[in-house]
Amino acid sequence: MEKIYLDHASAMPIDPRVLEFTSKYLKGLGNPSSLHSVGLEAKRAIEGAKGKVADLINAESERTIIFTSCATESNNLGIKGTALRNAGKGKKVVTSAIEHMSVLNPMKELQKNGFELTIVPVDSNGMVDLEELESALTKNTTVTSIMYANNEIGTVEPIKEIGELVHEKGLYLHVDGTAAAGHIPIDVQKDGIDLLTLSSNDLYGPQGAGALYVKPGVVLQPVLPGGGQERGLRSGTENLFSIAGMGEAARIAKNEMEKESGRMLKIRDELIEKILEIEESHLTGHPKKRLPHHASFRFSRIEGESILLNMDTTYGIQVATGSACSSKTLEPSHVLLAIGLKHEEAHGSMVLTLGRSNTPEQVPTIVNGVKETVQRLREISPL
Amino acid sequence: MAQIGYSEKVMKHFMNPRNVGTIDNPDGYGKVGNPVCGDLMEMFIKVEDDVITDIKFRTFGCGSAIATSSMVTEMAKGMHIDEAIKITRADVADELEGLPPQKMHCSNLAADALRAAIRDYLARKEKRAKG
Repeated sequence: MEKIYLDHASAMPIDPRVLEFTSKYLKGLGNPSSLHSVGLEAKRAIEGAKGKVADLINAESERTIIFTSCATESNNLGIKGTALRNAGKGKKVVTSAIEHMSVLNPMKELQKNGFELTIVPVDSNGMVDLEELESALTKNTTVTSIMYANNEIGTVEPIKEIGELVHEKGLYLHVDGTAAAGHIPIDVQKDGIDLLTLSSNDLYGPQGAGALYVKPGVVLQPVLPGGGQERGLRSGTENLFSIAGMGEAARIAKNEMEKESGRMLKIRDELIEKILEIEESHLTGHPKKRLPHHASFRFSRIEGESILLNMDTTYGIQVATGSACSSKTLEPSHVLLAIGLKHEEAHGSMVLTLGRSNTPEQVPTIVNGVKETVQRLREISPL
Repeated sequence: MAQIGYSEKVMKHFMNPRNVGTIDNPDGYGKVGNPVCGDLMEMFIKVEDDVITDIKFRTFGCGSAIATSSMVTEMAKGMHIDEAIKITRADVADELEGLPPQKMHCSNLAADALRAAIRDYLARKEKRAKG
């Protein structure tokens, strides 16, 4: 059975061109901090990668890019590093109810340590409530963190408007761009972004690298102090293989985004149209303002983990779910609850995220798999 | 192919559950769980001379919820109710060659559903005896 991978929001395969480019760095090329010629070559590889990542998001220069180990680390640095360093200017922080745990949990940690945290609600499509956001902001708000797009429901937030609101009263806007980068254009200068989190793997790069864009003039402190790499903001010897790979992945993403997103958008729309033919099926997230590769649903009367298992085992199709049974906390996805779903509704969710390997020819197989899976599980269900 | 730590036997029962459905005029009926928590099970039994002659279930829930329901019906069919009422969650999990630790509680309600059906049968029987 040919596998059809539809879980690109969880993990992406490394693009073969990226692997080809960066595999030489696996052999080891010296320490970028060393002053000799071998170290210099490593340093240049990192600088090259910074330039490519900066290009993807139209950053002012490659000096704005700090490499980390993953998006979680970038979110922690962007939020805690900035809030702690600027605590003299205020101790208020703001975020939304649908952020990734690597945003919500650092925010809650700040709260435990004396910061005042406001979590702004979203509407039933997952759009951040701008009025609530505006009323949460004060001159003492140092860090506001809102994601560019949501990984579970695909909704794209109005970041430019949010940036304007934040800068009217507060200090810095941090944006988690992990789910959006490489799929829709991000322009940190036009969008008014002060700090932006990116992940290598979400750009078809190797796991083990993330990046934080830091706008010139923004001050923050490290969450991992040490030998002073990455302008003192992220110590530790650089993961050359992953970082060089992330740079190349960013370069390819920038070149191919427009064409590739257009291609996936057509597949996505066909999937949404056909899957919504199923009785009692609903789209989750915004119907229009959504990521081009993202189709997410909920089906009443059945449960998501059994959808996932059935799709994988019977049809070779890998999907994701926000059901409690798939989580470590045994609670349904906080994102689905934040858009107003009841627990029993959130249990029946299924998320499809397309990637470079997916083709329009796969649509009938996917749709058939979903239809038969929903039917089989409903036949077993007492509801 | 085993996913999220499920044994092959769990997957077998999930993919091909035994005794799915309902029984008209059952001698005993049990319902446990709650859709809010993500698991709901219904168990129907037919009993002759205190032996379970037929058993059916319907389940809303994850893979292990469906597999444990199927497993318990297979274990209980043909069994005397005095024995069947003693089937525990652990017995079902053992029979399935184990469940992942996080599934031992929330999705392992099948033995409870069976017990609820047997208690319902016993209550009806007692009521009839009292006339």
